[in-house]
Amino acid sequence: MNFFHMVSLAWKEFLTLMRDKRSRIIIIVPPILQLFIFGFAATYDLNDVPVAIYNEDGGGASRELVARIEGSPNFSVVARIDRDAQIAPLIDDRKALMVIRLGARFSADLQQGRPAPMQIIIDGRNSNTAMTALNYVRGIVLDFNREWQLAQGLPAPPVKLAVRAWYNENLQSRWFIVPGIIGSLVLVVTLLVTSLSVAREREQGTFDQLLVTPLRPVEILIGKALPGIVIGLLEASLIIVLMVWFFDVPLRGSIAALYLGIFLFLVSTVGVGLMISSISLTQQQAILGTFLFIVPAVILSGFTTPIANMPEVVQWITHINPLRYFLVIVRGVTLEGDGFLLLWQQFWPMAVIAIITLALAGWLFRHRMY
Amino acid sequence: MSDRGRRLLGMIRKESLQILRDPSSISIAFVMPVVLLLLFGYGVSLDAKSIPLGIVIEQPDTATQSLAGAFDRSAFFAPRRFDSIQQAQQALTERRIDGILWLRSDFSDRLLGGEEAPIGVFVNGVDSNQANITQGYIQGTWLAWLQHVTEARGREFRTPVAMEQRIWFNPALSSRLFLVPGLIAIIMTMIGSLLTAMVVAREWERGTMEALMVTPLHMAEMLAGKLIPYFLLGMGGMLLSVGMALFLFGVPLLSPFWMLMGSSALFMLLSLAIGLLISIVTRNQFLAGQVALVVSFLPSFLLSGFLFDIHSMPEWVQTITYLVPARYFVAILQTLFLAGPVWPVLLVNGGAMLLMLLVLTVAVVRKSYKRLD
Repeated sequence: MNFFHMVSLAWKEFLTLMRDKRSRIIIIVPPILQLFIFGFAATYDLNDVPVAIYNEDGGGASRELVARIEGSPNFSVVARIDRDAQIAPLIDDRKALMVIRLGARFSADLQQGRPAPMQIIIDGRNSNTAMTALNYVRGIVLDFNREWQLAQGLPAPPVKLAVRAWYNENLQSRWFIVPGIIGSLVLVVTLLVTSLSVAREREQGTFDQLLVTPLRPVEILIGKALPGIVIGLLEASLIIVLMVWFFDVPLRGSIAALYLGIFLFLVSTVGVGLMISSISLTQQQAILGTFLFIVPAVILSGFTTPIANMPEVVQWITHINPLRYFLVIVRGVTLEGDGFLLLWQQFWPMAVIAIITLALAGWLFRHRMY
Repeated sequence: MSDRGRRLLGMIRKESLQILRDPSSISIAFVMPVVLLLLFGYGVSLDAKSIPLGIVIEQPDTATQSLAGAFDRSAFFAPRRFDSIQQAQQALTERRIDGILWLRSDFSDRLLGGEEAPIGVFVNGVDSNQANITQGYIQGTWLAWLQHVTEARGREFRTPVAMEQRIWFNPALSSRLFLVPGLIAIIMTMIGSLLTAMVVAREWERGTMEALMVTPLHMAEMLAGKLIPYFLLGMGGMLLSVGMALFLFGVPLLSPFWMLMGSSALFMLLSLAIGLLISIVTRNQFLAGQVALVVSFLPSFLLSGFLFDIHSMPEWVQTITYLVPARYFVAILQTLFLAGPVWPVLLVNGGAMLLMLLVLTVAVVRKSYKRLD
């Protein structure tokens, strides 16, 4: 292997990417912009859920309960209604996510020790939002009940749950999602950089010229892989700095382990990109291949929905997805404070993916000609 | 037939032949939606099942056994016993379990003595949404057990305020019912913009644009000639997806079929117009592909309200979501499938899509002119 060959090819690749102003912009600006927008947008936590109150009672206890809902930052009361017929339009038009109804005998029942029903009508169109909102209401009702029982000298339930969450103590959705955004953005950028590099030269005919130079396929492979890895490393570092400083996500574990993870992730995605690129005969096919890889890779990585909820077959497919391992590493290092020891099971599969894809790409250089 | 009609038909014929000869367009339109919807329809789920839960019982007796039994019987949990809390916490650190239920040695004594008996619960909070769901299921199982125990002792189980919930449109809160319509919107966004992102750029890059320019073909005819075949192709993919949603995933369709197809056609035109605009502006397949990928996939996945509630985003992000066409289509699809024809939702979101389409058409027409530069 000739070091000079590889570096000069990598430099040429780098120039091809960076020479065009529009191409420069598309590699640098969207990831940063998207980190900010998605970082703020992507959260399962609910704020200001629109709620309508249907209070037929008007007694002190019902007003107290309503005040607690109004006071919660999770809810915002958008309407007060007094007829059944008003419920359906509010929910159908998505003006209110839920209607809370307290019957005419609510306060009286409560005073006399009978269970006082609190009816909640909720829009289930987005089942996760509905479940989260119901959990918030349940929390308010549980607190209310406990304090009511104390104030009235009633026996409280004999058993109490003391729940503690590890690693993400306040259960902030953002701490879970922002590290996932890093993985997705780095994946998109690296694939954009590498997946067209061979296909474009094939379409323009310069790849044949490259093959008849003294460069060996391994040198071509490394020369083509380097720009993607370098750009990915820079981009990942920038995003991690922003994540810690701007989004206040903690960095509790070993930074060296994180960088080993980033490196292996980049090499494996670059491998996938080069493989797609060397299979494709035209740029259009390469773009299509990239799409077909990126979309399932992001959606089936555990980025937004857990892998554990998927059926066995799909879980099995996710093992060939480098992003799956990388996300465990980023979250492990940032939130759980992991080091090398707890993460080695994530490192080696990415190395295997990298070796297989790079070897295939190198083989295809010479064997796929038309 | 008028000259105009003949020219348009000729252009459509040429584009259709190009589509038929290169299998990649047809596979984008028909193979991609089937594969992606199969994978995602089954793969994307927020319904937790068989959560690995560690149970630590320091002093086994009838009370603790009956509580642990309640967790054993629940379909939401796959409990595993640990001898000590240290072992269980080690397993939680190594991600072998997602939560711990800890019954201390004095649990039964306190329970029988009328004191408050605390149950220690630890959950792995990294995935906060799943942690909340796990917590909710633990709470539910515990409440049901408590009610059972209280009534077995001949007392009435009472809570001051009793929550009764009625969930409209999706009573079982099955996440698949809302995820599948949302996935259709996302897949169609990508297919639409991908189909047309390359088509004009390709003509420029291959030099055939100059050949088209010397023909009497008007720019509008060329654009229409390019759009119509891809529109039909995209709608074919849409029909396939809807069929899968209805018959494979069992999503109910509570609205007339024509409304679904009408709004889909509007959305498909919008996505194709975005692709066309990218193609015209970049004039370069490499760049067009990159731009199409960047503007279509992640924004429609994260900013459309498909997964994350738009109301809960900061104001400035909410403003940005108005620029994401999938936002309107997701709202329409979830409503059409699960709630029925609710006119206010349809008109507002359909109107927004129509407006975007008009703006884009003006932009496409102004950006495309017969000139070399």
